[in-house]
Order: sequence, then structure tokens, then C-alpha cells
Amino acid sequence: MRIECPICGSRDRREFYYQGAAVAVARPAPDAGAEAWDDYVHLRDNPAGWHDELWHHEAGCGAWVVVTRNLTTHEIRDVQLAQSVKEASA
Amino acid sequence: MRFSGFRVLAEALTGHTGWRPLWRNPDPQPAYDYIIVGGGGHGLAAAYYLAKTFGKARIAVLEKGWLGSGNIGRNTTIIRSNYLLPGNQPFYEFSMKLWENLEQEFNFNAMVSQRGILNLIHSDGQRDAFRRRGNAILLSGADAELLNADQVRDMAPFLNFDNARFPIKGGLLQRRAGTARHDGVAWGYARGADLAGVDLIQNCEVTGFRIEGGAVRGVETSRGYIAAGKVGVAVAGSSSRVMQMAGMRLPIESHVLQAFVSEGLKPTIPGVITFGAGHFYVSQSDKGGLVFGGDLDGYNSYAQRGNLPTIEDVAEGGMALMPMIGRARLLRAWGGIMDMSMDGSPIIDKTPIDGLFLNAGWCYGGFKATPASGYAFAHLLATGTPHDTARGYRLDRFATGHVIDEKGVGATPNLH
Repeated sequence: MRIECPICGSRDRREFYYQGAAVAVARPAPDAGAEAWDDYVHLRDNPAGWHDELWHHEAGCGAWVVVTRNLTTHEIRDVQLAQSVKEASA
Repeated sequence: MRFSGFRVLAEALTGHTGWRPLWRNPDPQPAYDYIIVGGGGHGLAAAYYLAKTFGKARIAVLEKGWLGSGNIGRNTTIIRSNYLLPGNQPFYEFSMKLWENLEQEFNFNAMVSQRGILNLIHSDGQRDAFRRRGNAILLSGADAELLNADQVRDMAPFLNFDNARFPIKGGLLQRRAGTARHDGVAWGYARGADLAGVDLIQNCEVTGFRIEGGAVRGVETSRGYIAAGKVGVAVAGSSSRVMQMAGMRLPIESHVLQAFVSEGLKPTIPGVITFGAGHFYVSQSDKGGLVFGGDLDGYNSYAQRGNLPTIEDVAEGGMALMPMIGRARLLRAWGGIMDMSMDGSPIIDKTPIDGLFLNAGWCYGGFKATPASGYAFAHLLATGTPHDTARGYRLDRFATGHVIDEKGVGATPNLH
């Protein structure tokens, strides 16, 4: 797999660390309650299709990116800086 | 049809014309008391024990493809009961006891071979941790032995003992661990279940659940609606997809794990050996192939194939541990989809929907659990209460904080 880093361009998957589903861009408020936090920490959609996920370009520019990837084909449709995804959804 | 030495001899003398298919291929009935979704190892074992041990009837196993077409046919066949935590170890030791009598139980050759598992130690800190784990194993009634480097050298002289970075200082040995013929396990349970009257229905994909008033009434399938009293789902790898049809989200991510086999070699590896400094484990199949594997690829995936970086990583682990493996040619590599749970431990529990039960989250340790998982799931379906050794495997343990995190890495499925 190659990932198109918005800052560095197309890079090998080896340069990236995988964090998981991109739930952290919509983190619950500290006082959101136990149910919301259980949901955030533990429960996942885990779809057999398109999936937004967080990767860290640790051996590159150090950016956190949101990768939209198909879990059945590994095809990557979109890569954006996590910061801009978070700002867009705020 | 019972299997025996006499039967093999009789068939040999009569041109092998008397062998018959191991199970029927029935059409689905309109209704069953128990439906197991998933004709893999755990589902077939659950159906087997439900019929044989708990005396239930009107049972069907619904399988989307063919029996044993998922991870039961894709794993690296290791059986062991060398866990640390009290929520896990009694369960896996129960499984080991079932393995030890499995072939007599279901009259089928599953080639259970207790050739031992050796977890290598490379540092003083690791020895302390393994000594603790060994003591926990002994306290649970299972077996464990702490070996020094000379004892390991006697068992496996080909290992790289003097690696500058990861010298081998000893090992934790469980002699009752070993390997089994993975497909044989599925076939044995399938045949046993069929003989006990279970309908094994292949090419029958569940496409939805019929839920009324908070209770499950039956399942929609590619072969029509089938009513059911109780429905048990055992579809590890696809648990999230299937339970999503019942409106549930699970504490599970699906990840791809690769496995590898070399060309056939003469007997070389005495049992199962695991590298304690990286993630690499190896055994030798009865056909002679070295069967080995390592880490997950690390990202969510439903593709039953992995990528090259992990293959390189596993090969590097193998070369660091036993350089002679570099002389063997790699025959095949393949991938399977793991139900990676948020604490690395499985789920065998009822769900918030009456009559709907879940068996999931096996991470990459599901094969060794097959007998106990099937037994405990059958116990839960038949009696409504969890089996004693599976009490901790609750679906709500994440919300309540009673997680069973063997490695202590938290809610990070790809690190378990």
C-alpha cells in the first residue's frame, strides 16, 4: 500500500503508523457521560467497505492524516490532514 | 459409519468402495429450536455439544460458503493453555482437556499432537514475567516448566543462542501443548453434529434477523426465512457485519493476519517455538512444512490477504531466531480475518436482544479455543447461563471496566 500524504506526497505504508478508526476527530466532551465514552473508546462500526482511519506519518513529516480506505480492497480514496478534518467538522 | 483400524483394513481389501460422505446436505426446515450462524470450527463445535452433551434437537448450522471455509482452515494449528489471567487460563485449560480426548469423543482423526510449546526468554525481565506466568499456569492445574539455556539447547540446538541483541536465556515450556489438524477438527465436529441430527446447511447466507418486541424470531437467509427459538452467531472475522444486521455495534475491529508454510522438510522442529524478542512462531506440520507467522498487518481489513512489509517482518524474525530457516523455500503465504477485540479476549454472551447470542472476538487465538468455545456457547444457548470457565467473557465488560487484557495494552485491537 502507498499513502498519499498531503504534505509529502505518495509514500510507502511502512512510513506510517496505524492508529485505528478516525474516532478521535470527534472526541466526546469530558463530561459527556460514561455511555458516550464507552462508545468512543470501545465500539466501532468496522464496516466491510469505506472506512475513515487515522494514520501517523511517523517516518515522514509527523502529520496525523485521515485516510479513507476500502477494507475489502485496500483501495485508498482520500487522504486529508486530521487537523483540517477536525476543523471542518467543528 | 464409525472409523477404526479394522474399517480402514476392510476398505483397503475391498477397493475403498464403502466410504460415504461424512455428513448429509439437507435443505433448510421452516423452523428450528436452535440456529447457529457460521459453519466454522466454533459454530460446528457449538452445534455438536448442543446436540450431544446438552441433548437438544432441531438444530441447524447456517454457513454462507462451505463448512470450515474461514479461519478454522487458515490458522497455524497451535493448541496451548499457557495464559496468565484468571479470566482466561481456566477456559483454555478446559479447552486443552477437551483436545486431549477429542478424537475418542467424536471418532475422527484430528491429529492432535502434544509436542509442546516453547516460549523463549531473552532477558532477565522476561524470565521474571515468564516465571510469573508459569506459576499462574501451574496454579490453574495446567503444566509449565521453566528451562535454562542449556535445556533449550538440548531441545532445539539450531536456534541462534548467541545473537548479540537477543541471546536465548531459557524458555517456558508447556509439554501438553501442541498442534492439531485444523480441517480435521472442523470435519470431525461437523460429522459428529450431523450424526446427532444437526442440519448443516451450506451456501446459506444470513441476510438479516427478524426481531420483534426485542426478541429474535428467526433469520432471513439467501435460502428463505427460517424461524428459530434461539440464534447463536459464531462468525469471527465478520462479527461486526453480521451483528450490524441486528442493530449492534461491537468492541471489535477486523484485521488481517498472515501465515506461511515452507516446502516440506525432514523432521526438524521438535514442537512449537516462539521468539520472545519479536513476534515469530514456528512449528512443523506432519507433512514436513514449516508453519510460521507473526504480527497482524496492523490495519483494519476484510481482505483475506496481507501486504509485503509484514511478510518481510516475519521473515526477519525467523532469520533472527533460527538462521537455518533461510535455506527453506517459502511455499505459500495467506491471510485470514481476525475479530480483534478491544482487550484481546473473546466474547461468549447473550445480547440485549432476547434469544440472540454472540460468540466473537477471538483475535488470533481462536483455534486452540475451538472445543471449549463450542462447549461454552452450547452451555449458554442450552441453559441460559454461562459456562463456569467463560463467565468473564461478557459483552458488557468494556462498559463496566472488567476487561481481560492479557497483554495490558488497552483498547488497541491491533496490538493484542
